[in-house]
Amino acid sequence: MRAFTQHQGIVAPMDRSNVDTDMIIPKQFLKSIKRTGFGPNLFDELRYLDEGKPDQDSSQRPINPDFVLNQDRYRNASVLLARSNFGCGSSREHAPWALDDFGFRVIIAPSFADIFYNNCFKNGLLPIVLPEEVVDQLFCETEENEGYQLTVDLEAKTVTTPSGESFSFEVDDFRRHCLLNGLDDIGVTLEDADLIRDYEEKRRQTAPWLFNSGN
Amino acid sequence: MVGKTLYDKLWDDHLVKQRDDGSALIYIDRQLLHEVTSPQAFEGLRLAGRKPWRIDANIATPDHNVPTTDRDKGIDGIVDPVSRTQVETLDKNCDEFGILEFKIKDQRQGIVHVIGPEQGATLPGMSIVCGDSHTSTHGAFGCLAHGIGTSEVEHVLATQCLVQKKMKNMLVKVNGKLGPGVTGKDVVLAIIGKIGTAGGTGYAIEFGGEAIRGLSMEARMTICNMSIEAGARVGMVAVDDTTIDYVKGRPFAPKGETWDKAVDYWRTLHSDDDAVFDKVVELDGSAIMPQVSWGTSPEMVTGVDGAVPDPAKEEDPIKREGIVRALKYMGLQPNQKITDIQLDRVFIGSCTNSRIEDLREAAAVVKGRKVASSLKQAMVVPGSGLVKAQAEKEGLDKIFIEAGLEWRDPGCSMCLAMNADKLGQGEHCASTSNRNFEGRQGFGGRTHLVSPAMAAAAAVTGHFVDVRELMH
Ligand code: SF4
Repeated sequence: MRAFTQHQGIVAPMDRSNVDTDMIIPKQFLKSIKRTGFGPNLFDELRYLDEGKPDQDSSQRPINPDFVLNQDRYRNASVLLARSNFGCGSSREHAPWALDDFGFRVIIAPSFADIFYNNCFKNGLLPIVLPEEVVDQLFCETEENEGYQLTVDLEAKTVTTPSGESFSFEVDDFRRHCLLNGLDDIGVTLEDADLIRDYEEKRRQTAPWLFNSGN
Repeated sequence: MVGKTLYDKLWDDHLVKQRDDGSALIYIDRQLLHEVTSPQAFEGLRLAGRKPWRIDANIATPDHNVPTTDRDKGIDGIVDPVSRTQVETLDKNCDEFGILEFKIKDQRQGIVHVIGPEQGATLPGMSIVCGDSHTSTHGAFGCLAHGIGTSEVEHVLATQCLVQKKMKNMLVKVNGKLGPGVTGKDVVLAIIGKIGTAGGTGYAIEFGGEAIRGLSMEARMTICNMSIEAGARVGMVAVDDTTIDYVKGRPFAPKGETWDKAVDYWRTLHSDDDAVFDKVVELDGSAIMPQVSWGTSPEMVTGVDGAVPDPAKEEDPIKREGIVRALKYMGLQPNQKITDIQLDRVFIGSCTNSRIEDLREAAAVVKGRKVASSLKQAMVVPGSGLVKAQAEKEGLDKIFIEAGLEWRDPGCSMCLAMNADKLGQGEHCASTSNRNFEGRQGFGGRTHLVSPAMAAAAAVTGHFVDVRELMH
């Protein structure tokens, strides 16, 4: 997995709460058997005026000029500023894949849905929870200042504004460690293969019905 | 020592290793796989040269993409080439790794969350995962069931473990008895309406109380299914006689002495009397009305006797903005009565409500009636081939067809409209599925979540109506 240590980038404001995974990447694009190529269809139904289809050249489609990512000043954004319960809905990892493919590296919101939050870390994308007031302030500053950038430091667990104001955030030690070092989760777990085997052996004795493969 | 909650017990029984940083390795007894969230996981295994840890823990079936007509043609019946590739890829992966799959033409094929319990592949006390957020369904059996992403699917395939942090405990207690015509779906919609779509985030929810104890397994599955719509990855109901009776005799269920031993263990799967929950929410079951969602989030829901809210009366600016946006998308007016919402289509199906009891409830309402002429379509999509066969044995298919509903083959269908079944732009649909997000059932489509009985009542009247008015 790609490591994440520090990042500085342009902020795009997505000013609505409960942004669900169907909105992030609509289902017709989940038919792909790859992990890449979802960027052009990120927020497809908000971004374009027509109905998107898989395997289509999105650069030829009519765009919705009101949508934030279609505004010139946000086109190269890599930090997404969002509202509460971002990423609610399905478990589709296509949602972080699409955000990543578009170029986002950081998402900041007052709260995230659990599965989405978890999926981000598996893909080198950093979801950051900041208090509602701070998020409000960042929304104001982003909208008022074209080219507004934030600097995120995962080692120090801080988000810093252009004026030098700094906010700290919380993140699990394990997730932080994996992300900082770009570790492969599976490799880390397999270091405990013996423990897993021991557990399994014990369960085979005490709960044999769990190992019945049907008939 | 204080007592343990059901979640605490399940957690402790599956704990392989507690790490110092708060994360833990949890052993997974069963993984269900489907075509949408597994291809990249299998590809990951291949790229890393890894093998599945325990092949017999996995069961697969295609469900999201399969057509609900022309199924005798098998894979060739899938017109969309991209969908076809995905289903073929699942077949190929399962064949390559030797994983049991109920393929498209197998009568046991169906929606993953329907076939697990149906086969007895979902057993009380198991830890279960699937690359699908509605995996919480299996919690109805006193299971620890998590929806996971594709990287985690690969992780479980490779290690039989999931890296998890323990969640907090929430008890949702539904007291009293439900009124006639009020179903598990109405209960869970009322719960989501009360605690909100993020109310359960970070919690494992146990559903309890007299009303839950009185429900069948299928109704309990409906409730646990929608835990994720309240933000909780895990939903559960304690094991009781209803659970054990349901499991008995199913293909994967233990038999003989092992069965007795299993039952002894299963009977311990409930929260201790002195267990402490981090949060308790109580509802009066007898006050729950048949529910209808009016907006674009499952928390935007009200009783059928209610009305669409007026954003002018909402004080919180973010919520107000949300209501305004939802009403615009849904094409509804503030204060409009729910019973005045005219419908274009009706969908009875999905992992929330496509089991035999759901179909019986719907059939009882449409029997001897006709689908309203104002509707473009009303369809019934059973959850599995076996549910379909059972319904046909009971003659439910004839009741539906006679009333003018379409009788389809099993799959996810219009729940997420990945196959050919979808809403047109601006169309209103009474749907027994679980998500009313924008575009969920088709680009510009407008979903209203209801129970199967309420969907059936809507089908024969063309608008929402309190199903109790149609019951004798
Ligand atoms: S029926 Fe709907 S919610 Fe259930 S698994 Fe299929 S797509 Fe997901």
